Amino acid sequence: MKRIRFGMLIMALLLSFGLLACGSDKETKEETTQPTSAATTQKTPSGTAAAATTTGTAAAATSTPVVREGPKDVILATTTSTQDTGLLDVLVPEFEKDSGYNVKVIAVGTGQALAMGERGDADVMLVHAPSSEKKVVDEGVGIDRRLVMHNDFVLLGPASDPAGTKGTTKATDALTKIFNAGAAFISRGDDSGTDKLEKALWKKANLDPKGKSWYEETGQGMGASLQVANQRDAYIMSDRGTFLAAKSLSLTIVLEGDPALLNVYSVMGVNPEKFSLVNGPGGKAFADFMVSDTAQSIIKDFGTEKYGRPLFIADAGKTYEEVGLATPFG
Amino acid sequence: MDLIWDGLREAIHILRTGDNSVWSITLRSLLVSGSAVLISLVLGILGGAFLAFKDFRGRNILLSLVNTGMGLPPVAVGLIVAVILWRSGPLGQFRLIYTPAAMVIAQTIIAAPIVTGFTAAALRHLDPRLRTQLYALGASRMQMLWIVLWETKLPLMAAVMAGFGGAISEVGASMMVGGNLAGETRVLTTAVMLEVSRGDFPVAMALSIILLVLIFIVNAILTSVQQQEKM
Repeated sequence: MKRIRFGMLIMALLLSFGLLACGSDKETKEETTQPTSAATTQKTPSGTAAAATTTGTAAAATSTPVVREGPKDVILATTTSTQDTGLLDVLVPEFEKDSGYNVKVIAVGTGQALAMGERGDADVMLVHAPSSEKKVVDEGVGIDRRLVMHNDFVLLGPASDPAGTKGTTKATDALTKIFNAGAAFISRGDDSGTDKLEKALWKKANLDPKGKSWYEETGQGMGASLQVANQRDAYIMSDRGTFLAAKSLSLTIVLEGDPALLNVYSVMGVNPEKFSLVNGPGGKAFADFMVSDTAQSIIKDFGTEKYGRPLFIADAGKTYEEVGLATPFG
Repeated sequence: MDLIWDGLREAIHILRTGDNSVWSITLRSLLVSGSAVLISLVLGILGGAFLAFKDFRGRNILLSLVNTGMGLPPVAVGLIVAVILWRSGPLGQFRLIYTPAAMVIAQTIIAAPIVTGFTAAALRHLDPRLRTQLYALGASRMQMLWIVLWETKLPLMAAVMAGFGGAISEVGASMMVGGNLAGETRVLTTAVMLEVSRGDFPVAMALSIILLVLIFIVNAILTSVQQQEKM
């Protein structure tokens, strides 16, 4: 008698877990079967070419809904700033609604995002490190790179400004002061776009902070690193968007406006001819969307309501030189 | 200190209003980890019984491996599963990366050794004469296993609780193989990480509190099953 009741309880438990398991299995099955079948049909070279040309024409009429082709899932490799600011929370649903694609946003540093593209683990990249983007484009992996938007980097520090950086106008001067004062400085250290810029600025100032006791690397995203700098009363380089969107910070801007602090975001597809599993049409559809009127008008106003100023400046159609870069690759 | 009260207030608020899709995130945590624990239970009972009852060369090595697996670092599991499931990896064509299924796989790898280790230890602890006696009474192999498991339900339930705790509180592997996609693979732990990086500590606290309450409820249910009709 006792045993039967216990057995029934166990059975009920197993059954309920079983049901849960079935539920999630079904969900993934739906997700996976459809793309695989589409991928096999797409493998023939003629199929790929045909798919590419049709999306091309569909994209020409920018704001008309794109008819979905290829697998449903599109993997977007991007920087943490586009997620931490909440911009993608607005843009992605808008794109999904019109196109029928499902975007999987993987927010990592730009270095990692480009590496994902190079391995064919992403379909489209939204990144902000022009000089590093060159390699991916030269390899033929990154295709159809286009300017999306820009804002700028800012140097942040504690209000007390122990290194006396306020009043400087050049980033290299401010960094030199921090270096000489040995003031706490937090670096991303994750090979992201921001990290690359910071490293380049130290180099430009002919200084090597690596290994210094006051210089520490978090290896984390922008938002997480800002929190560390905040707790440590340290200086840190940040993109303006993430800084404005971050909550619970007492850091202030100690330097801004240096042309060297320009932060330019580009979108590019991953070449489907290089990797059989890449969703070429899907990646292209998202890249086209990012420079479409719909997306650009969202970017233009994003953040105005909350922060009193937009977080990004929409740039589609402009050249890289027009926003202030010497060449398209910095 | 304020943060803890803010967190509690925020937790009650978002539970009441269903903000931040907290219900679907909570349900997803439960689904993913529940599935992983169920699979681990099946694997763990079979594996544990095998390790406990079968005498073969290398059993001690296998047992040590399982015991090592009980402390498997989730990030390492996450990385290995991710590398295998990436499109560029050997199983890339199944397109499992960044799906709940990938998270179930990773969490099963974390939970299964825990359940196996507990089960093997519990079964080894039984009086070996019980089995001889059961066979003498004409019990089939499955009957024998069922009765023996019944005798060890206390440690077995502890195994389920430990496995579930390991699976649901794990964040590194879920982040890597799931990608923390809103509405798809965002679970409580990865949502906490995201809110912390956004500096939204009250929401992060609220989600943590929900996670703790969830683990408590599940363990309370399992404990009541475990303690019921205790001999």
